[in-house]
Amino acid sequence: MRLRFNLALGAFLTTLVILAGLLAPWLAPFDPVLDADLMSSELPPDGTFWFGTDAQGRDVYSRILYGAQISLTVGIVSQVINSVIGVTLGMTAGYWGGWWDDLVSGLTNVMLAIPSLIFALAVMAVLGPGLPSLLIALGLTNWSWTCRIARSSTLSLKSQGYVQAAQTLGYSDLRIMFTQILPNMMGPILVMATLGMGSAVLSEAALSFLGLGIQPPFPSWGSMLTDAQRLLQLAPWVAVFPGLAIFLSVLGFNLLGDGLRDSLDPHMRTRKP
Amino acid sequence: MLQFTLRRILQIIPTVFVVALLIFVIFSVVPGSFAASLFADGRTAADPELMARLNRELGLDKPLLERFVIYIVDLAHLDLGTSFRTRQPVIELINSRIWASLELAMAAMAFAILVGVPLGFLAALRPGSILDTVTMIGAVSGLSIPQFWLGLLMMYVFALQLNWLPSFGYGDGSWRNIILPAVTLGVTPLALLARTTRAGVLDVMSADFVRTAHSKGMSEGQVVRWHVARNALVLIVTTVGLQFGSLIGQAVVIEKLFSWPGIGSLLVDSVAIRDIPVVQGAILVIVLWFLVINTAVDLIYAAIDPRIKQG
Repeated sequence: MRLRFNLALGAFLTTLVILAGLLAPWLAPFDPVLDADLMSSELPPDGTFWFGTDAQGRDVYSRILYGAQISLTVGIVSQVINSVIGVTLGMTAGYWGGWWDDLVSGLTNVMLAIPSLIFALAVMAVLGPGLPSLLIALGLTNWSWTCRIARSSTLSLKSQGYVQAAQTLGYSDLRIMFTQILPNMMGPILVMATLGMGSAVLSEAALSFLGLGIQPPFPSWGSMLTDAQRLLQLAPWVAVFPGLAIFLSVLGFNLLGDGLRDSLDPHMRTRKP
Repeated sequence: MLQFTLRRILQIIPTVFVVALLIFVIFSVVPGSFAASLFADGRTAADPELMARLNRELGLDKPLLERFVIYIVDLAHLDLGTSFRTRQPVIELINSRIWASLELAMAAMAFAILVGVPLGFLAALRPGSILDTVTMIGAVSGLSIPQFWLGLLMMYVFALQLNWLPSFGYGDGSWRNIILPAVTLGVTPLALLARTTRAGVLDVMSADFVRTAHSKGMSEGQVVRWHVARNALVLIVTTVGLQFGSLIGQAVVIEKLFSWPGIGSLLVDSVAIRDIPVVQGAILVIVLWFLVINTAVDLIYAAIDPRIKQG
């Protein structure tokens, strides 16, 4: 019962964020970047500006709606990259074994030894700030757990009857991997990707907060909080709403991921550390 | 046990070497040289002669392989290079910052353990109670909350409104300065520890040896102390170890938020001005720190649980 509630709440929050991002051009009463008006700066929330205005007099509500587009893009694209890298490396390592397996396992262990935010920071330092760098940095950061799961699933699926039947029929290795093995491990991979979206949204917010991610004037939730820190005494509402948006969307992805995992496999209740 | 200990310690060396290689490779593909970014003022093109001189001084004109060999040889002598900007040895810069970071990380982890573990324990002993429900809602929220946002809110309430605590800085090292950053940083590990402890204790409670202990007449308190606590401890120690990695990563953001003079804020500032040797050095030291903690956790782990020794 409680598990179903979690799944439903997660799905609800995620849908809400997706709708906010998709419908931002119609829902937002103001332009998130251009409608700056110093005459109406730092206004508290009221009927016109639901979440108040920031230091440049921009509507915080509109900026949060558009900010959802950035968070979702980063979350989804980076996790697609992570899953492709993790699955490709993990599946081939598990299937072929040998030196390739040793190499991939070694690389995975090295990646796990670097705290993921630190690695993303290093990549951002090299590529410079901006959305494309963020997608690459976060896409390269989190594949190690997916890779481990893909590898161990492949190892156990390899001995299944239908995989051996396919080998007997003379299917090529790649065909076996993509038609026999991959479909059978989609569940856990999907769960990892959903949970990964939550952490990617958090990392994007953190990097943008540090001034290394999305650059002003574009409305990233993280960089909105950088401005908010300067205004904390005068306009605390500027700090409240972007953070709440990050919190609710990450909570949505996490609940959805946990719920998916529990409904796919009731025995696998432990969380990725 | 001695052999196991030695093996685990020696395993750190190749990992550090590969991480050093990885960091070196990442920073050698920097598009646009450091010299160009230093002289770029957005109006005139940089003077090529000046850039060539700077590259020569910084040793950037040598071939890549030669630079890597120099880098590794220096590293073996604990020389992390010289800052491009301040011309100070990187190791000195790091040394002046790392202690504040260690202090913050330890304080945050101590807070997480002292609050998270008892909460998880109590929740597991009374599953379904109000305390259990509240703890679990708190744990799920704690894992999803952006820590720097929570820090910002606490800064507003406890520093700006109530004036109980300083809002930023290290001050003169007083305990009042560390409370806000440590609590902020500790929230996520706290949530995960509460959750893991609860799951671990619940798991052990239904184990056969606990039923046996009950049936041979041990009191509830004795069972919890002798069997449940010790077995759950293994899981807790592992979680603490694994959490250190993300804690060190998050510390970068929290240090910047509270202007804490640690290695994290050094790293962020150096990234912003593209001071590559400092960035490389700081990352390497952070990774080394994380590896040392993980190794220590593995050793503690083997000491607590005789079943997994010599794994």
